[in-house]
Amino acid sequence: MRKNKVLSVLWLIPASWSLLRTMWMVFMHGFRKRETVNYPEEEVYLPPRYRGRIILTRDPDGEERCVACNLCAVACPVDCISLQKGEKDDGRWYPEFFRINFSRCIFCGMCEEACPTSAIQLTPDFEMGEYQRQQLVYEKEDLLINGPGKDHDYHFYKVAGMAIAGKDKGEAQNEEVPEDVRTLLP
Amino acid sequence: MATIHVDGKTYEVNGAHNLLQACLSLGLDIPYFCWHPAMGSVGACRQCAVRQYKDKDDNKGVLVMSCMTPAADQTRIDIDDEEARAFRASVVEWLMINHPHDCPVCEEGGHCHLQDMTVMTGHDRRRYRFNKRTRRNQYLGPFIAHEMNRCITCYRCVRFYNDYAGGTDLGAFGARDNIYFGRYAEGALESPFSGNLTEVCPTGVFTDQSHSDHYTRKWDLQYAPGICHQCAVGCNISPGERYGEIRRIENRYHGEVNSHFLCDRGRFGYGYVNRADRPRVPEWTERPGQEAVTLGVDPALERITGALRQARRIIGIGSPRASLESNHQLLAMVGPENFSTGIESREQACLAMMNRLQETSGLPTPTPREIERHDAILVLGEDPVQSAARLGLNLRQAVLSRREELAEQIGVPAWNAEAVKTLGQDRYHPLHIVWPAPTELDSVAVARHALAPDDIARLGFAVAHAIDPAAPPVDGLDPASQERAGEIAVSLLKAARPLVVSGGSLASEAILEAAGAVARALSRRAAQGGLVLIRREANSTGLSLMGGQTLDWALDELSEGRADAVVVLENDLYQRLPADRVEQALARANTRVVLDHQRTRTAEGADFILPAASFAEGSGTLVNLEGRAQRFFRVFEPAYLRPETRIHESWRWLHTLAAGLRGEAPGDISLDLATRACAGAHPGLAGIVDAAPGPDYRIEGLRLAREPQRYSGRTAMRANLDVNEPRPPQDTDTPFAYSMEGYSGFDRPRQQIPFAWAPGWNSPQAWNKFTDEVGGHLRGGDPGIRLIRPQPGHREYPDPVFDDGATDSSGLRALVLPRVFGGEETSARAEPVRQRMTAPVVILARPDAEALGVRDGDSLTLLGVREGDSLMLFGGPDITVSEQEDWPPGWAGLPAGLLPGLGQGATLTLGKPTGGES
Amino acid sequence: MSWWTPQLAATLWAMFQALVILLAVVVVGAALTVVERRLLGLWQDRYGPNRVGPFGTLQLIADMLKIFFKEDWTPPFASRALFMLAPNLAFASLLLSFVIIPITPGWGVADMHIGLLFFLALAGINVYAVLIGGWASGNKYALLGALRASAQTLSYEVFMGLSLMGVVAMAGSFNLRDIVAAQEGLWFVIPQFLGFVTFLIAGIAVTHRHPFDQPEAEQELADGYHVEYSGMKFGMFFIGEYVGMVLVSALIVTLFFGGWQGPWLPPIVWFALKTSFFLMLFILLRASLPRPRYDRVMSFGWRVCLPLTLVNLLATGAVLLLTGS
Repeated sequence: MRKNKVLSVLWLIPASWSLLRTMWMVFMHGFRKRETVNYPEEEVYLPPRYRGRIILTRDPDGEERCVACNLCAVACPVDCISLQKGEKDDGRWYPEFFRINFSRCIFCGMCEEACPTSAIQLTPDFEMGEYQRQQLVYEKEDLLINGPGKDHDYHFYKVAGMAIAGKDKGEAQNEEVPEDVRTLLP
Repeated sequence: MATIHVDGKTYEVNGAHNLLQACLSLGLDIPYFCWHPAMGSVGACRQCAVRQYKDKDDNKGVLVMSCMTPAADQTRIDIDDEEARAFRASVVEWLMINHPHDCPVCEEGGHCHLQDMTVMTGHDRRRYRFNKRTRRNQYLGPFIAHEMNRCITCYRCVRFYNDYAGGTDLGAFGARDNIYFGRYAEGALESPFSGNLTEVCPTGVFTDQSHSDHYTRKWDLQYAPGICHQCAVGCNISPGERYGEIRRIENRYHGEVNSHFLCDRGRFGYGYVNRADRPRVPEWTERPGQEAVTLGVDPALERITGALRQARRIIGIGSPRASLESNHQLLAMVGPENFSTGIESREQACLAMMNRLQETSGLPTPTPREIERHDAILVLGEDPVQSAARLGLNLRQAVLSRREELAEQIGVPAWNAEAVKTLGQDRYHPLHIVWPAPTELDSVAVARHALAPDDIARLGFAVAHAIDPAAPPVDGLDPASQERAGEIAVSLLKAARPLVVSGGSLASEAILEAAGAVARALSRRAAQGGLVLIRREANSTGLSLMGGQTLDWALDELSEGRADAVVVLENDLYQRLPADRVEQALARANTRVVLDHQRTRTAEGADFILPAASFAEGSGTLVNLEGRAQRFFRVFEPAYLRPETRIHESWRWLHTLAAGLRGEAPGDISLDLATRACAGAHPGLAGIVDAAPGPDYRIEGLRLAREPQRYSGRTAMRANLDVNEPRPPQDTDTPFAYSMEGYSGFDRPRQQIPFAWAPGWNSPQAWNKFTDEVGGHLRGGDPGIRLIRPQPGHREYPDPVFDDGATDSSGLRALVLPRVFGGEETSARAEPVRQRMTAPVVILARPDAEALGVRDGDSLTLLGVREGDSLMLFGGPDITVSEQEDWPPGWAGLPAGLLPGLGQGATLTLGKPTGGES
Repeated sequence: MSWWTPQLAATLWAMFQALVILLAVVVVGAALTVVERRLLGLWQDRYGPNRVGPFGTLQLIADMLKIFFKEDWTPPFASRALFMLAPNLAFASLLLSFVIIPITPGWGVADMHIGLLFFLALAGINVYAVLIGGWASGNKYALLGALRASAQTLSYEVFMGLSLMGVVAMAGSFNLRDIVAAQEGLWFVIPQFLGFVTFLIAGIAVTHRHPFDQPEAEQELADGYHVEYSGMKFGMFFIGEYVGMVLVSALIVTLFFGGWQGPWLPPIVWFALKTSFFLMLFILLRASLPRPRYDRVMSFGWRVCLPLTLVNLLATGAVLLLTGS
């Protein structure tokens, strides 16, 4: 052991080599391709699932998808979504107003995850700078688009049991025709 | 008490309970659907399965339904047993087989018992691949929305509606898996307790239609402990606010007053708070007929002070629908000699007598819950379901409790609802109703005696005499009545706990004296009886304890020129006295200041309107009909979302105004100071300070949260006004915060609970976590403090005094009948209640109808009303005639609220509508 | 023209030289702040600051403008006079050290016999600046940083001096011009390799550069002794650090790499080239090495570097005695 103690300084050799190698490797990084994208001169590639500006989509029939269930609002960690449920004559729910305060939004995507109808979606667009903060408050007119967004097929009311115009009880997915309570036939 | 062993631990529980109730009372979670603390067990849903062992050595056990198993001593069960858990998960899974995929568009979502139970059992994937059963919905009126697809057939709705509340128009139809819960045909649910279906239904079949019209999830509402202002019972409510509107009223559990249920007037009658025509800023009309101009707070106060200073004498008219604090500030401002309660003289006399009787009749006043334990009831000159609906439900339970007594005799526990019901059939505790019109309780009553007001009093005195011969006899009573009195007396005497119910609906002191005489007679026969006296309005009792002159006096002072300025507090005088009389008196005044939250006729004729706070924006204290002082707290700050509003509590306005009149700077005013000022000035109200904790009350150093933890949209709901968020309103009056930050848990006992929520329990079933035992009392004690206590001492019977029984030959006399929907001024302004009001009906005895030449179903028009020496002429609305077999001749029954200001006993001139109008 | 004496002319020339050199050092130090960020960017596959002016060349001006206009705030709980003194002391002591460096045969501020000792003395004074700054801030992080800095600097200065003794012994002088002259044939880096290595390490440690920046470790001490400084006072600490880098690089070049000597190119270019190389090395070290634990730094100094310098000194002494030169 005593001998080893003197020799123990020998760890300096591999350690020094390791340091030098590290330095060399880092140095050689100076000649690699840059990761930085020189935005705005260069265009940024944003993947389709990038979490940017929030939109409200429409179902394949062109109706508003949002049913004002409030789940996005409650999922929002910064509480920047507020809306009010309204009801059309046929029983369909829709948001009377739908407001997102983008000056508070952190683009976490929780609202999209919570949305049971694929109505609220985040898009690959982050260019939302404004000189007036008030302009960052988006109302439904600013949010609603004319398409289904990323989810092309989902149609909430085709799945849900509630009757609306054009889809009576029993016409949703996996539904029997409504029961006739006046019959005793099996 | 019994000792039970759950999951290897030993607990002490109430042996009269079933296992489910016992475990829930211990705070253990067992999922359930069909059981309800107020309605007992039927074992229909199979959800509450646990494993029960015979004894210590039994390690196999059997699965039992905990709701159908008594919590007998030495019962051993496992909740956390693998097979029991799997069983419960399967039950939820098969209940969910047909459940529609519509939680996002379901009004129940977020406070849904089915959601809670599904999460609790862990079911999250639908494995069933076949089709779902669907069912059609019905229109059930303006209160209740119906979505039958969501039904899990727990039968709670019909058990509540039919068995508990006595409704007849909701039923279960069909057989086996083809079950339908609804009406035989579409139409409004008739029972005035239908609103409770929204809380009783564990899923979204029955939801609150009035809430759906401006729907907000439970977690997004801001709540405060409220007291219902729609009648004198003082039910505890949880009003929920969003975007500056009250969105829904939920039951707030109170172990002694309303326990689990509210009436529909209280639940759906909140709409007046949200009316667009409410005064929200001070208004000034310079000359009558001119357009009103809006003023800021300071200019308004300056102008009003200026005008009032010029007055020789200011009359203050208080209100039985305003808080004690507000009334007291008015009294302090104008002085006791110039203060009127704003109550018409006959009603005020009745109120004073009711207070006196409550102290001196010899019988104590039971709480609404205690009413349910009485075993013989005499309702004398009152229709409890119409005038104080929640009490009607209590009375019904008292009558039904005969079943439980019978069951006890053969050893069936009271919670075994179906067995108890089958055993009891239609054997009830005796209920005698003395009331001219049909009532909701007739179906469970021994008899209803339809009598005119004086005859009601006579019968009452006769009953008293029959019970206690020392009571003065009634002269000239016909033998039939004599016999009735005897029957009633016998059944009251046989009972262990007889109850006398009366009230001021007929504005007859004689009836109240008679009820007092019966109570006194019963107390002398040493029975453990009770006396319940029903007042009309939310703070009638409190205001009569405070005292003041009558409204008639105040109008006389004005019309005879002894005073030239009047300040009216939250009172529509036209609802109380004939319009010409009010108009004439107000016209004589130079300055008319009205504080109100509604644009009433009185407010419209005022020079100044100050926007007062309703129960939603203001705090204060009310005294209910049992003499319980209860505090209600402001739910929201209206200026936060509508910065232009200048709504303040009346006591705040009046305090500042009073300081201005004295030429002083307004001193500090807070709810606490206002309450203390009131308590200090009126010895009878000294107790109100203790009715609720003051602003410094904290739990673990925290204020109490008005908002649930999940409250959403804080940073967006106001962003359309200004993206810079102001500091949330600060509340210095109450211990509550306008925030989700604060205490909102259940494990620290407290009385003031804005909303009930416990982890895993989002539905109203969460109240189980706040009570000492399920269906018992709040662990922090039931809120409120009783002010009226029976005074010891021997008292003499009064001599029977009757109103003038002389029938006016010139016409029929008005008998104004209280009614749930439309019979109360503020709730009648709420849209769903307006829709639910019945078409105007005049009830006539057959001879009177014949004399008028009309028959059942024909129309009549009210041509004139004569009351004393004032005559009013109407070109009034058409009223449908309803002939009633046993209706007292000479009287015309009219629903309350139809003709505001119509006094009991006024002489009516009725005629056929002129043909040209059709 | 009687006042115009050669002596006066020499003095004026010396003053002019001093002004040019010291200004140049300050400018280089300031420029290094940008260069460092650019180089770090390069080595991290980024660009570094490239937005202000063409290729980011005006970044330095932007930074200067920023730091000049920052609020120069003295915390109320600080000890005022000392708080003001510390950054000046730090800046001045490092800048003054530069007077001993001979840039070219003709250029240099002072030609001192005790050149190296003067540097060591001023390096010692620099510790006070840090200590005073940390103490006067009245902040526990600042104090901890200052304590660390003084302990570290003291420890490393012990063998910093010793590591140079080999060079001194071989050159036979403390005067840097003599030392440069002595390297005519062979740069001292070859005979004094151990000395070079230990001096490099000590130099990094004394200037609190990575990986020996424990006194200002952001994660633990939130910037250490200058946590309370802002505006130009912080700027002086900050630029002082870069001046220290330039100083140590220049010293290494002078002591071990033959100073201005080199073929073909003019001496000033050689000196600048060599110094730049070591400045780059400083930055490369920062880019590549993590920060060791504080106790490891101390134990490395005392248990590895000190013995190594002693061995080096003994060996040098022995060789010199044996060769008899």
